[in-house]
Formats: sequence, C-alpha cells, structure tokens
Amino acid sequence: MALSGMRGLSVFISDIRNCPNKEQERLRVDKELGHIRTRFKNEKGLTPYEKKKYVWKMLYIYMLGYDVDFGHMEAVSLISAPKYPEKQVGYIVTSSLLNENHDFLRLAINTVRNDIIGRNETFQCLALTLVGNIGGREFAESLAPDVQKLLLSSSCRPLVRKKAALCLLRLFRKNPDVVNVDGWSDRMAQLLDERDLGVLTSSMSLFVALVSKDYDSYWSCLPKCVKVLERLARNQDIPQEYTYYGIPSPWLQVKTMRALQYFPTVEDPNTRRSLFEVLQRVLMGTDVVKNVNKNNASHAVLFEALALVMHLDAEKEMMSQCVALLGKFIAVREPNIRYLGLENMTRMLMVTDVQDIIKRHQAQIITSLKDPDISIRRRALDLLYGMCDVSNAKDIVEELLQYLATADFAMREELSLKAAILAEKFAPDLSWYVDVILQLIDKAGDFVSDDIWFRVVQFVTNNEDLQPYAALKAREYLDKPAIHETMVKVSAYLLGEYSHLLARRPGCSPKEIFSMIHDKLPTVSTPTIPILLSTYAKILMHSQPPDPELQNQIWAVFSKYESCIDVEIQQRAAEYIALSRKGAALVDILAEMPKFPERKSSLIKKAEDTEADTAEQSAIKLRAQQQTSNALTVTDQPIGNGVPPEAQLGPVKMPSMSNEGHSTADQVLTRSNGSATNLQASTPSPDLLGDLLSPLAIEGPPAPASVESERNPVSGTPTAADALALAPIGGQTNTIQPIGNIAERFQALCLKDSGVLYEDPYVQIGIKAEWRSHQGRLVIFLGNKNTAPLVSVQALILAPSHLKLELSEVPQTIPPRAQVQCPLEVVNLRPSRDVAVLEFSYKFGTDMVNVKLRLPAVLNKFLQPIPVSAEEFFPQWRSLSGPPLKLQEVVRGVKPMLLMEMANLLNSFRLMVCPGLDPNTNNLVASTTYYSESTRAMLCLVRIETDPADRTQLRMTVASGDPALTYELKEFIKEQLISIPLASHAPQPLPQQAPPSNPPIAQSDPGAMLAALL
Amino acid sequence: MIRFILLQNRQGKTRLAKYYVPLEESEKHKVEYEVHRLVVNRDPKFTNFVEFRTHKVIYRRYAGLFFSLCVDITDNELAYLECIHLFVEILDHFFSNVCELDLVFNFHKVYLILDEFILAGELQETSKKAIIERMGELEKQD
Repeated sequence: MALSGMRGLSVFISDIRNCPNKEQERLRVDKELGHIRTRFKNEKGLTPYEKKKYVWKMLYIYMLGYDVDFGHMEAVSLISAPKYPEKQVGYIVTSSLLNENHDFLRLAINTVRNDIIGRNETFQCLALTLVGNIGGREFAESLAPDVQKLLLSSSCRPLVRKKAALCLLRLFRKNPDVVNVDGWSDRMAQLLDERDLGVLTSSMSLFVALVSKDYDSYWSCLPKCVKVLERLARNQDIPQEYTYYGIPSPWLQVKTMRALQYFPTVEDPNTRRSLFEVLQRVLMGTDVVKNVNKNNASHAVLFEALALVMHLDAEKEMMSQCVALLGKFIAVREPNIRYLGLENMTRMLMVTDVQDIIKRHQAQIITSLKDPDISIRRRALDLLYGMCDVSNAKDIVEELLQYLATADFAMREELSLKAAILAEKFAPDLSWYVDVILQLIDKAGDFVSDDIWFRVVQFVTNNEDLQPYAALKAREYLDKPAIHETMVKVSAYLLGEYSHLLARRPGCSPKEIFSMIHDKLPTVSTPTIPILLSTYAKILMHSQPPDPELQNQIWAVFSKYESCIDVEIQQRAAEYIALSRKGAALVDILAEMPKFPERKSSLIKKAEDTEADTAEQSAIKLRAQQQTSNALTVTDQPIGNGVPPEAQLGPVKMPSMSNEGHSTADQVLTRSNGSATNLQASTPSPDLLGDLLSPLAIEGPPAPASVESERNPVSGTPTAADALALAPIGGQTNTIQPIGNIAERFQALCLKDSGVLYEDPYVQIGIKAEWRSHQGRLVIFLGNKNTAPLVSVQALILAPSHLKLELSEVPQTIPPRAQVQCPLEVVNLRPSRDVAVLEFSYKFGTDMVNVKLRLPAVLNKFLQPIPVSAEEFFPQWRSLSGPPLKLQEVVRGVKPMLLMEMANLLNSFRLMVCPGLDPNTNNLVASTTYYSESTRAMLCLVRIETDPADRTQLRMTVASGDPALTYELKEFIKEQLISIPLASHAPQPLPQQAPPSNPPIAQSDPGAMLAALL
Repeated sequence: MIRFILLQNRQGKTRLAKYYVPLEESEKHKVEYEVHRLVVNRDPKFTNFVEFRTHKVIYRRYAGLFFSLCVDITDNELAYLECIHLFVEILDHFFSNVCELDLVFNFHKVYLILDEFILAGELQETSKKAIIERMGELEKQD
C-alpha cells in the first residue's frame, strides 16, 4: 500500500477509514473541517505545505460527499503560488471544487492567463488543463488567442500542444466564435499532418467539433484524414506505444472516421478509393479473438467503419457486407456486440433503404426484446419501432403488447407509447387500431398517458364506420370485473357518444349501459367522475322515448353530486339537471361531438421531441436534415393564438379553460402531410405535394388571412351553439381559417411555378405549372390532410374571357390522407390582365368550406424574356412611334426602391433588363416576348426613366406591335411598381391589399374586382 | 464527449469523480448515487452500456471498483470501454499492481494521472509510456 507522501493527509484518511459507522465519520469530518477553518482564518502562521495539505483534505472530504462551503478562496489563491507543488494543488483542487459558473473562478483568469503565456512549461500545462476542464465563456473570450498560439507554436513540446488542442476544443464548445474559420482551415490541415500521435489524437477531437459545425470550410482536410487512416491501417510509422493490443491507436481511428462522417461525400476518386480500401480491410479483416480487450478495440473500429460506409452510401456490395455483418452481430451471444448490432441496425434504417433485408431478422430481434439485460431490450425495441411498416405492423405491435404484460416498469411507458404510435401509423384497418389501444390500456393502464386515449377518441369521433365497433369493444371491457381507471374513462366516453348505435343488441339498452358504467363509479377518482356524469347525460338524451325509471336514476345521481365539494363535478351535475329538464331540446343540446380538427399526433410529437444532448450534433441527424431540407413542406408556423402544445382533447375541461380551448382548437395547425400520420399505405405519397412547396410560399408573415375565404354558416346551428355551454371542447364554432396568407401565396405563385395556393386544417391545395408560349398546363393538387374523407368536393373555374381553361374532372370525395391531381389546360387568347378564379368547396363533418382563389395564370406567365442588342432595339423603338402602339405615362406613388431592385423586379416578371442600352444610368430598358393566340409571339420593349431625386415617381414607356398588349403590359408593370408584391420584407402593408386607401389601383385590379363580384 | 468519470466501490463510496460539464453540488451527489445504483446490480453477463438520463454510461468492474464514463448517446461505446481499460492499465503500471487502497491514499495522484489522460472530456494521450514518463517528470518537481 502506497501512502500519500503527506503524513497528515494519510493519517486523516486512515482515521476516516477506521470509523466504525457513518456517524463517527461525520464527527471526524466535522472536527477536521473546524480545524481547517480556524487555520485558514489565521493565514499568517500557515506554511505553503500546510496550506497544500489542508486543501487536499478538503478535496478528500468533498469527494466523500460532504459539503465544503469554505476554502474555495484558499484553493483558488494557491493557483498564484510561485512554486509548483502549491500551484499544482491549487489548480487540481480548484478544477474539482468549482465549475465554470462560480464567481471565484473569475478571480483566477488573470493568473491563469499569465501561466499560459509565461515561459514555464509545467505552469502552462496546469493552466491549460484547468481551462480545458472547467473554462467557461469568459475564459473562451479572453484566452482563445493565447491557446491557439500554443497549439500552433513550433517551439512547444507535444505535451503542451495536445493540451492546447483540447483546451481550444473546450473554448470552441463554449463559444464557437473564438475560432475564426477563415484562417483555421489551413491551420487545421497542417495540424492533421502532425507526426506525434498524442497531438494528432487531440487535434482530431478538435477537428470533429469544428467540422460538425461547418464541414464546408474544411474540405482541404478531408484527404488528410484519409491519409491518417491509411497510416494507421497499414501500421506505418506508428510507435509501439501507440498500438493497443496490436491495433494502431483504435481511438484515433475511430475519431478520424467520425470526422469523415460530417462530410456529405468524398468526391475525389483517388481519395475515395483509398478510403474504401481502408474500410474494406476493416470490414473483412476484423476477426473475433479471445482477448477481450483486443476484440473490443477492433470492433470499436469496425462499428465506426460501418457507420462511415453507411454514411458514404458505398457501393451496393459493401452495403450488403454491412448488413450481413450486422445480421451476424445481432445473433451472437456476446452482449456488447449484440447490443451494438441492434443499435447500428437502427441507425442503418435511418440512412439507407434496407428495411427488407432487416425484416428477415425480425424473429431474432424479437428474441432480444426478451433478453434479461434492459440495455439490449431497449435497443431491440428501438429497432422494432424503426423497422415497422404496414407489412409487419400487426406482428410487431402484437409482440410488443405481449411483452408489455411482463416488461419491467422502467420500460412500460416507452413501450406503450411506441406501440400506440405504431398502431396509429400503420394500422391496416381502424378497428385493429382501436383493439390495440384498448388492449394497451387494459394491460398497462398506469403507463398509458392521457394522450393515448385522447387520440383513440379522436379517431373514433372522426370515423363514423368505427363508432359502433368502438362502442361494442368498450362495453366488452366494462364487463370485466376489475379494469383500469383509464379504461373506465375511455369506455364511458365512447359509450356516452355511441352506445345508442348498439341499442338493438342484447344487453345494450340505455338502462343496461348506464348500470354497467355506474357500477364503476365508486371505484374511480374525482377527475373521472365528471366524465361519467357527461356520459349519463348523453345516455339520458339517447333514450327515446324517455324511460322514466332510468331518468329518475340518473337524476338521483345528478342531485347527489349537485352538492359535491369538487367544483367541476358540482357544476356539471347542476347543469345537467337543469338541461335534462328541457325535454326534447336536450337532444339538440347534447348532440354528438363534432369531428375534431386534424392535427399531428401528439404522440408522435412526443416521441420526436426527446432530443439527445450531445457535444457534437450527430452526423446521422445532420445528414437527415440535409436530405430533407430541399424537399419540405409546410413549416409549423404558429398563426393567431399559436399552436397548442399538444392535442388537447379531453372531454372534461374546466369552464375557465373553454375559451382558450376554442381558439386553439380552431386554429390548430397540422404539420405537413409528409410528417403526419399515414393511415393508408395505398394513398399516394404525401411528398408529392411536399415537393411542390418551396419555402418562399410559406415564409410570409403569418398574418390572419383572408380576403377570399368565406365561411359557410351552416355549422353555426343552434344545436352546436347550445351544446357549447355543456361540453366546452373545441370544434363547435369552426370557422375554418386558412393557414398562411392567401394573397401572399398567390403573389408568390405569380413569380414561380410551384407552391401552395391554399391551405387550411383539412386541405392543402398546391399548384405546379408549366408554360410554353401561349399555352400552359397547371396541375392542381388537392390534398386531404385528415384521417377522414373530405366529401362534397367541388372545384369550379371562373375564367376571364381571354383565357380558355379546361379543368379535368375533380372527384367528389377525397379519401383520408390522399391527394388528387387535377390538370388544368390553359390557352391564352389575347392580352389581358384579368385573373382566373378557382372556386373550391368541400364538407368536413358539419363544416362547409367555400373559398375563392385567384389562379396564377397571369399576364407575365406568357412572357418570354429575350435579350436585345442596341442594333435591334433602336430601329424597333423608333418604328413603334406614339400611341396606341407606344404609350408613355408618368407614374407617381411608386414604392421607392434602388435601381437594382427595380431591375430584379422586372426580371422576376420575365421582362429582361438590358443594361447599357440607355446611356442614362438612371434609366432601365427591358425587353420580352409576349405570346397569345391573337398576337402570336410579339416583341415588347419597355423603358423606365427614374428620377434619383424623387424615387416615388418615374416615367414609363411601353411599346409593342399590338395596342391592347401595349396598354395591358403598361398597366401590369405599373401595378407591380406601385404595389411591389413580395418586394423583400417590406414591413408596411402593401397598397394593393389596402384598396380603400388607393382607389385607382383597386379599380384597375381586375383580379380583385372579379373576386369581389363573384 | 465524456460528461463525467466516476470511480466507485461496491458500497457506492466515490474514489474519484471528475466532471467535464458544470453540475451543482446537489446534482453531483444525485448523479453519483444514481450511477452507482444503475451499475452495481447488473449481471456481469450483461452489456457494459446502460442508458442514463439522456446519455449513456459505459462502465466496467475491476474487483470491487466500478469505473463509469458517462458519454453522449452517439459516442462509440467500445472505444470508451477500452479507454477505461487503458486507464486501469496506466494506474496499474504507476502503482505497480494497483488496489483500491492505492487509489484511496493517493487520490490526488489519480487526479494528476487522469489530467494527463483525458482533457475537456476527450482523450488526450493514449500512450501508456508517455503518461508514465510525464508522471515521473511531475514527481521530480513536487
């Protein structure tokens, strides 16, 4: 046994060890702390040795778990001691006792800095270590340049440089701005040439952090990393001390491969070849050996290589090697390898399309779900969850349900959440979904969160076909002797709404249903009682003709609870009594719940929200983000009151919450079709529409829209209005609000050819257009975002006289989650600025929605920009002399903009600005070709003269060979200059959208007029 | 990245605790208690990895001592597992046949060794020789 080298310290430690019990230990510790405290108070008599000894003792006491609330100052002050032994103690104890948030640490910054820039290498090391281990933002800002200098210095020993590399890594993590990318890519490349493996190992960690934030600046480092790997793989120039059980630094290999995963690809064929050679060698050459350490080390490298191969999307052959290896691993006995096999298979699912191959291993994976080790079971669960699709959902979910009964508590919640999500996502039919959820509640009621049963209620409410089945099932469960309270809630709710659908079956009369539910009442807790009361009220309403006996029974219950101490119960009981005396009106008041607005499953959201906390962003995640960033879709921008945190679907709510409930439920946003649940695999891929949506269309400020949207008042029947008082749940006052600003969406589509034209919680209408000369083909995508069908769908085109429009047939019903495409053929007959309108209507539940939408088949779509030279321009310009072929107008009230901006605007409307034609630099000249049946291809020339002194006015001259065209084009350009739709981020409202303030414009906007007339 | 390193005996006494992320005292105690409970009862035939809150603990038992590293979910498990072993080899070399008592009475040296081995939650040096030589240099100065 080695002693500490400090007698006092050793004695103290021995004393502690000899304490027979915790109490004695505490006494001994308190005595020592008291002693140290007095000694510190009178510092004069304290030798450096004593000080050092006491500080060590403090650290020891601290390590034992006792609070040490003094002496921090002494520890910190030792840092500035002149001699190494004291200084060292100061540094080590400080970095153990304090963290970056302690104020004391700030006192030390100067001393630490002096040590870093000083000449004493040992002091430099101590200081770098402290900063690397506990340095915070403040350290980052004041020390980063000095640390960088040490790292790059040629005179420092590797010892100092490797510490500097990791110290800088810490500072970079605290504040990424401390590393200035511009200079760093070269320096990093240089560092990766390092021969000393200690420095290289540290630098590689630094590099991983840098490249995870911004790979683009470090392409020059990529081949260097491959060189490092080659050097290690071939064991070239690797000192013996850096091989571990015969393997050249497995850690450096792993780090280097990790760094490479942050680059999206390896383009250079030579580098790629070299890299694949290394990887191939690792994949093929890793054998299982007896020595555990060697085995672990070689497999550490192997698993990292697998990850890199998957990332690089290697050749098919290599990919199948990976899958084969993983298939082997998940079947081995060695737990670590099996665990990693399962984990990496799950990762593989995220990056490549290997679902089918992995499915072959389903049985094996299910075996691991029953492994005694929870770590393995978790991985198996993750993998099953990841590999589940429509084809195997039934098997997997049933397997999960079976396992649920015996699973340990630690996993039940996750298990039930995952089973619920899978059931929802991949249900082959909805009745199966209901079965699964009810089984879940039955088997693991304690672990089934409210979200899960809310969700099933939502589904049943929105799918009429499902209602009798769900009611029947609920009744079956209620028959069981002891059921979970959640089951009572969901059964009672379902039976209250739908038990009348079962009335003809034996044992399902209102009376029987009531007594069945009422039997459970004594067993439930307070929050459940209001649900039961609502159910009774509904049963009462459904028993027609009224059954006096049942009525009396139920009234008796209500009267009993009328004086209940719980305010919610009391209020309900009182209200229901009063309402139930209204006789026939009750039927209206207590009508069935309307359909819920569709929304993203809160369960899925919950599952997605569990974000891992990692020092560097996961490479897989980054990759996934890069892949999807182009292809998506509607962001979940909050509008109006914002999005509720999760689907709030409780049938019971405090009255005070009701208002809030309405507004949020009405304006709830679903996410894109793409990310929402997918109930029917046969429906077309929601991405179809997703692809259409480029960010522009949805980036507009979330203003409450809607010029053209109109609500059909059908939903506001007295029934619904009255019921509100009773069941304050969202959905009754559905004003279907569009999502996003319709006018802005239209403006955006005038400039581009695909995007969203309209969206509300139920439907999304996208447009994709192609234009060729005077013809066009628009495809209108009608997407149903719900899990219930949209019915009475109608699309009507109101065409202006200059356009010939032909819309193909639009189906009356759009199935759940489906999208239909309706091509619209357009022929432009003659020049006009009039706008076509799409009148679209549908029914969802009791809501009729009817909207009129301008279609982006506008004048500029028939323009084709054409460059003209001075030789072509001037003769043309002169030949078109004066009205009506050439029109000139002074335009005032122009939105002030720079000439550049104006040029961009014209270009965006396909009027090609030809620079240099006009000698006056304040003027713009543009040309384009216009296509229509009457004009054919016709050259149009435009000249705009601006006044730099007054940007709000300009003179515009437009010329073409057709008088109508000249006039229409001039008016068109004028509108754009005055209103500037979508001119980047104009904060004030656009004039065009405020017609009263600008009457001439409003009058001259036929689109608006037409829309208004209709 | 390594979030923290713990050396604990079977009774849960902490022999070394090093945190590379800022935690409050009370949080540290909680973490030490929880990690001990998490690893102490696991069957030796189980994996060396176990989920811990939003991270994972890679641990290995040597006689009565548990060495636990808390790392990110995305980190390479086996690499860190062998990192523990390398550390033990270094300690073994330094103390020549290390036992728990060496670590108790020389806890301050264990901190010193660790600082040469890991910094900022990342591996700094993987050469046993380099670390032992460095410790020699430091002892001379002390």
